Amino acid sequence: MKEEIPLAVSDLTVAYHRKPVIWDVGFELPAGSLIGVVGPNGAGKSTLLKAVMDLTPRASGKVLVYGKTYRENRRRVGYVPQRESVDWDFPVDALDVVTMGLYGEIGWCLPVRRKHRQAAMDALDRVGIADFAKRQISQLSGGQQQRVFLARALVQDADLYLMDEPFAAVDAATERAIIDILGEMKESGKTAVVIHHDLQTVPEYFDYVVLLNMRVVAHGPVEDVFTNDNLQKTYGGRLTLLEEVSEAMRRRERSL
Amino acid sequence: MIRFRQIALIFMATTWMAGCVSLDASDEVPSTGNSLANQSISWPTWEQVRRVVLLQDYNTRVVVFGTTLLGCAAGIVGSFTLLRRRALMGDALSHATLPGICIAFLLATKMGYDGKSLSVLLLGATVSGILGMLTILWIRKTTQLKDDAALGAVLSVFFGAGVALLGIVQQVSGGHSAGLEAFIYGKTASMNVADAKTITMAAFGSIGLCLVFFKELKLLCFDEKFAGSRGFPVMFLDILLMMTVVVVTIVGLQAVGLVLMIALLVIPAAAARFWSDEMSNMAWISAGLGMVSGMLGAEFSAVFSRLPSGAMIVLICTAFFAISLIFGSKHGLLIRGLRRVRLNRRIDREHLLRAVYEKLESGQGEVGKGVSFNELMKKRSWSERRLRGSIRREQNAGLVSFEDQYVTLKAPGIAEASRLTRQHRLWELYLITHAEIAPSRVDREADMIEHVLDPDMIAELELLLDRAGQDVPASPHELTDSSVKAGVED
Repeated sequence: MKEEIPLAVSDLTVAYHRKPVIWDVGFELPAGSLIGVVGPNGAGKSTLLKAVMDLTPRASGKVLVYGKTYRENRRRVGYVPQRESVDWDFPVDALDVVTMGLYGEIGWCLPVRRKHRQAAMDALDRVGIADFAKRQISQLSGGQQQRVFLARALVQDADLYLMDEPFAAVDAATERAIIDILGEMKESGKTAVVIHHDLQTVPEYFDYVVLLNMRVVAHGPVEDVFTNDNLQKTYGGRLTLLEEVSEAMRRRERSL
Repeated sequence: MIRFRQIALIFMATTWMAGCVSLDASDEVPSTGNSLANQSISWPTWEQVRRVVLLQDYNTRVVVFGTTLLGCAAGIVGSFTLLRRRALMGDALSHATLPGICIAFLLATKMGYDGKSLSVLLLGATVSGILGMLTILWIRKTTQLKDDAALGAVLSVFFGAGVALLGIVQQVSGGHSAGLEAFIYGKTASMNVADAKTITMAAFGSIGLCLVFFKELKLLCFDEKFAGSRGFPVMFLDILLMMTVVVVTIVGLQAVGLVLMIALLVIPAAAARFWSDEMSNMAWISAGLGMVSGMLGAEFSAVFSRLPSGAMIVLICTAFFAISLIFGSKHGLLIRGLRRVRLNRRIDREHLLRAVYEKLESGQGEVGKGVSFNELMKKRSWSERRLRGSIRREQNAGLVSFEDQYVTLKAPGIAEASRLTRQHRLWELYLITHAEIAPSRVDREADMIEHVLDPDMIAELELLLDRAGQDVPASPHELTDSSVKAGVED
C-alpha cells in the first residue's frame, strides 16, 4: 500500500550555500487529511515544500509522492506559493493567472482554449471571486490575490496540495473560503499540506501536524502531537546549538 | 508599474543620444569634405524629404525596412526582458560586443579575408557579448557582489577593452578600418541588401520564438517558482529568452549602435506598459512603438545625413515614451490625475451628505428649508469653494437641493446619506469596542478609513457589532462642529 501515501520524505537535508536549512527531515503523511506544517521563522518550512518539488537542490534525501518521484507524479500535486513571491503589478488579470495552472495540460506552444478558460472560471468561482476574473491582479485585495493563487492550484484537480502560508494576512472572507475549500478537499479524499503561522487555529483547521524547526520535532495527529511540550521544543531555545552550528558554517563559508 | 530604474535607464539613454548628436555634428565635419561654411546641419530640400518619405530610393527602402523590423523585434523581446527584470542584461551584452568586433576584424584581415564583412564582425560580436554575459553570471555566482555591481564592472571593462582595441585596429590597418566606429553609435547608411536580409531573418526568428513560446515565457516572467513546480524547464526558457535578446542586439548593432541598443529594448516596452494591463497587448503595443520608431528614426537619419540613425531612433522612442507617460490609457499621468479627482469628489460627496444628515438629525436645520450654508461651513474644515462645488455637483446628481442658501436632502440623497452615516458610525463603534480608541477621537479615525470600506468589510462590521438591518446607530460621540479639528487638538 505504499502508493497510498501522498507524501513520504526521508533523510531530507537542504543547504543554501552550504548552510543547512533543514536537517535530516523524514515523515510520511496520511492520505485524505489536512496537514499543518508549523514552526518558527527560518525553520525551513518553505524550503521543505520547495525541496519536495525539486525547486531547491537537495543535499541528500528522498521524496516520494504517491510512491513515485515528484517528477513522475507532478500532475497529482498542486502548489500554492507565498503571495509575496510574485510581482502583483505584472500585466495579467486574475483569469490569466488561474489559467497558468493549466499550461502543463495545454501543452507547449499551444494556445489557451475555451475549455481551459472555462475551467479557470470555474476554479475562480469555487473560491468565490469569479466577479473579478477580468481584473488586473494589482487591483485585487490581498485576500483576493491569495484566492487567485488557490484557484490556480485547484484548476489542476490535483490529489496533493502544497500551500505556503495561504492564511497569511488575509481577510475573514478569504480565510473562510480557504477553510471551505480545504474541507471539500478532505471530503473527496485529497490531501493538503499547509504551512501555517497561527498556532491558535491549528487544532481547528488541521487533523495532522508536522512541527518543524530545521528538523522534524514531532509529527502525528494533532491531538497527540500538538502539545505544549512539543511546541516548547519547536519554538523554545532547545535547538540553539543546531542553529549555532549552521550559522558557524555560514560564517566560515563567507570568510573563505 | 514602471520602476525608477527603468526611468533612470531611459533618461541615461536619452542624454547619451543627445551627446551623440552633438558629437557627430562637430566631429565629422572635416571628413565629409564639405566647405567650412557648411558646418551646421543643412536643411534638406523638399525633394529629398519626399524621396525618403515615399521610400523612392532603393537604399532608403532597404534601410527603413531593416530598422522597422528591428524595432518590432526589439519591442516584443523587450517586453519580456522588462517584465523578467533582465532589461540591463541587454545593455551589458551590447557593450560587451565591441572587443569581439575589433578582434574579429583583426583576425579576419590577418587571415586574408575581408575584415569588414558583416557576418564576420557580428560573429565576433556574438562571441564576446555572450562571454560578457557569462562573466556577469560567474561573478554573481562566485562572489558576494550584487547584480548591479557585476553588471557595471563587466559592461565598462568590456567596453573599455573594445575602445582600446579600436585604437589598435586603426593603427594597424589605417584607413581601411574606417566604419568600425559605426557600431558604437549606429549608422544605417552603410547597410546593404545582404545586411537587411540578415536583420529580417533575425527579427522574424526572434519574433517567432517569442510568439511560439509566448505562454511559457509569460509564466516564466510572472512566477518562475510555479513554472518550475509544473515541470517547465526554467533554465531552458531563460536561455531561450536571452538568446532572442542576443540575436536582436547583435543585428541591431549596425543600425542603432551598441551604446543605444538597450534603449530600443527597454523604452518601447516601458511605454507600452502605460497603455495596457494585459501582457499580449503590451507586447503588441511595444512592437508597434518599436516599429514606428525604427522607421521614423531611419528616415530622419536619411534626410539629415549627419544625424546618426541610432540616436534618431532612440529620440523618437523617447518621444513616444513621453507621450505614453502622460496620455497612457492605463497608467498615464493624466488618467491617474483624473482618477484622483474622481476619488476626491466622491469623498467630498460623502462628507457633504453626512454633514447635512447629521445637522438635520440633531435638529440644527430649519423646518422645510434644510441646513444653511453657513451652518455647513462650520461643520467641517472645508473651503467655501470646495463646499459650493460639491453642493453644485450633488444638486446636478439629484441628491440634494440648494435654494436660498439652504441645503436639504432629496429622497435618493436621504437613502445615500443614511447609508453613509451608518457606515461611518459602524466603523466608529468598531474602533471604540475593538480597537479601544477614545470616543472623542474616533470621528477623525473613521473619517480617514470610511471611504475605502467595501461591502465585504461592511458585512464583517455588521457581524462583529451584531447590527443587521438598515438602522442608523446613534453617534457614539457628541456631534460638534469641526469635529475633525477638535479631534486633532485633543
